[in-house]
Amino acid sequence: MIPRIYIPGDSGALALGAEKVAKAIASELAERGIEAKIVRNGSRGAYFLEPMVEVATANGRVAYGPVKPSDVKSLFDGGFLTGGHHKRWLGAPDKIPFLAKQTRLTFARCGVTDPLSLESYKKHGGLSGLTNALGLPPAAIVAQVTESGLRGRGGAGFPTGIKWKTVLDTVGDRKYIVCNADEGDSGTFADRMIMEGDPFVLIEGMTIAGIATGATKGFVYVRSEYPHAVAVMNKAVEIARKAGVLGASVLGSPYAFDMEIRVGAGAYVCGEETALLDSLEGKRGVVRAKPPLPAHKGLFGKPTVINNVISLASVPVIMDKGAAFYKDFGMGRSRGTIPIQIAGNVKYAGLFEAAFGMTLGEIVDEIGGGTATGRPVKAVQVGGPLGAYFPRALFDTPFDYEAFAAKDGLIGHAGIVVFDDTADMLKQARFAMEFCAIESCGKCTPCRIGSTRGVETIDKIAAGIEPEKNLALVTDLCNTMKFGSLCALGGFTPYPVMSSITHFPDDFKPAPVRVAAE
Amino acid sequence: MPMQPASTEITSRTAAIIQELKGLEGPLLPILHGIQEEFGHVPHDALPVIAEALNISRAEVHGVVTFYHDYRSHPAGRHVLKLCQAESCQSMGSDAVAAKLKQLLGIDFHETTRDGSVTLEPVYCLGLCACSPAAMLDGQVIGRLDDEKLDEIVAEVRS
Repeated sequence: MIPRIYIPGDSGALALGAEKVAKAIASELAERGIEAKIVRNGSRGAYFLEPMVEVATANGRVAYGPVKPSDVKSLFDGGFLTGGHHKRWLGAPDKIPFLAKQTRLTFARCGVTDPLSLESYKKHGGLSGLTNALGLPPAAIVAQVTESGLRGRGGAGFPTGIKWKTVLDTVGDRKYIVCNADEGDSGTFADRMIMEGDPFVLIEGMTIAGIATGATKGFVYVRSEYPHAVAVMNKAVEIARKAGVLGASVLGSPYAFDMEIRVGAGAYVCGEETALLDSLEGKRGVVRAKPPLPAHKGLFGKPTVINNVISLASVPVIMDKGAAFYKDFGMGRSRGTIPIQIAGNVKYAGLFEAAFGMTLGEIVDEIGGGTATGRPVKAVQVGGPLGAYFPRALFDTPFDYEAFAAKDGLIGHAGIVVFDDTADMLKQARFAMEFCAIESCGKCTPCRIGSTRGVETIDKIAAGIEPEKNLALVTDLCNTMKFGSLCALGGFTPYPVMSSITHFPDDFKPAPVRVAAE
Repeated sequence: MPMQPASTEITSRTAAIIQELKGLEGPLLPILHGIQEEFGHVPHDALPVIAEALNISRAEVHGVVTFYHDYRSHPAGRHVLKLCQAESCQSMGSDAVAAKLKQLLGIDFHETTRDGSVTLEPVYCLGLCACSPAAMLDGQVIGRLDDEKLDEIVAEVRS
């Protein structure tokens, strides 16, 4: 048997030097005259161990990491091709605590298989969901997705099945499936990981959505900051088309479905679904007023399902193992699993897929291991630039849509950014307003003007100019933005701002007092 | 600075890109991406050609080009360095990284060095939040930026 070596081609691993490691391994193989197959897999998501190299041995996979190019010679000397000992030896990857504690449903194959091998995809359970779906009437597929309790993983948490039913029930000569892969929230990288590490699962999910709702065309709108994901998705679509997964007859069935990958152009607001639709149509990414809902009048005015990458990528496992299996995970009205992305100033950064219900404290302290700098955790921003900053006092909040809403926060796309005690929350609040000002589409006044006035007013507070009056003004402004903005950009910017003011009031006190307090 | 092609050349090369892409549904963004890839920016002279081919007004094309952060009206430097300035990278000191880079290169964000070697831009998230602070140099991703990596970047763009 020719040895198999897995070296991630995932952007996160590449950013940590995976390419140099791959080159070093290839040249070492050549030098020693050893024949081996190098597979560029996705990442398993334990980024603190990347570049994590794995070898397939007679006793299963053995992982080594984080591997540096300078380790390669000694890896070979230590017989790593048969799982030999080395200081970077980690043992079986699924026994690594960070990975062993997870419940991998959506990310079951990510980091395990060759992302661009349909063969490997099928061997690991791929396409069984689609095959099952093809044996059901569309309404039964929609019913199964509804029954699973799957809710929009982009952040809004709207039940996916209900959205699909609306499109199924709407008459249209042409319908679309649009995948929102404009993952602009800082602290999130789940969409990127799945597109780079298991692209066929997204293709399968979108195809099932098409069959369930009567749509024949799909678009994936990927942000331009993700060139690697774009390249992998384009190749995967080509392979799926050649294999008859996509095309005029999906897996030999009477259903037609095809898709295209489209690239954004650096506008954060295009992650908002209606702005994304306008952008796909070739317009400025300006938010639309609702109604009409995209399900009734979406892309080019046609009934459109618009779902996040993770929502769509979770559909194949639901159609494969059944709604009850998926629904069994989770708590309250948050069913199934959620890929939590632990990022920022944290010791064990990475993607952690788990059932809903873990507390924020467990995620940050136990899974994340506290800060990377070793200093105390001051604040944790959950849900991207529009998410609230949580203090340690709220670490008992369970990871669940409703529980976070009850604490004036949101889980968003499940990104968690950890800050240590050097963070200045006034600066973070100011940044939230500044970011909103940079990225506002400009259609509604509270967002367009409010964000700029917000920056100015916070600057006044920082300068000690009538701080109490200006703090009241920011609070009032946030109220206007929250209730008067057209979409979540202006509407949710108050979350990071108000949570900073509420939970970290000392950071907003006039400078002399702040110095005295320290 | 790179030479700007003559306007007739812009017209013909733009027309070829449009020809290839105009059959797509909603072709404007793919066309603009194609043009930027071809010229390194979206030349002003390309706009009327697009407007005519897609039967939309020049104002509409201008509106779209100026809405998106990615499209440049002028050519960038030989290298483009995008430095993440979003929250995750902030939590790992991206402010200090940005200050150091600006000092090393002698330019601010959205500027190009006088020798045309590099353009420095802020970016709001590269999806590398598990290895912050992060950057992208000509499409190559770099994580856990530190002084050593910054020096390597500067040496590379200057070579």
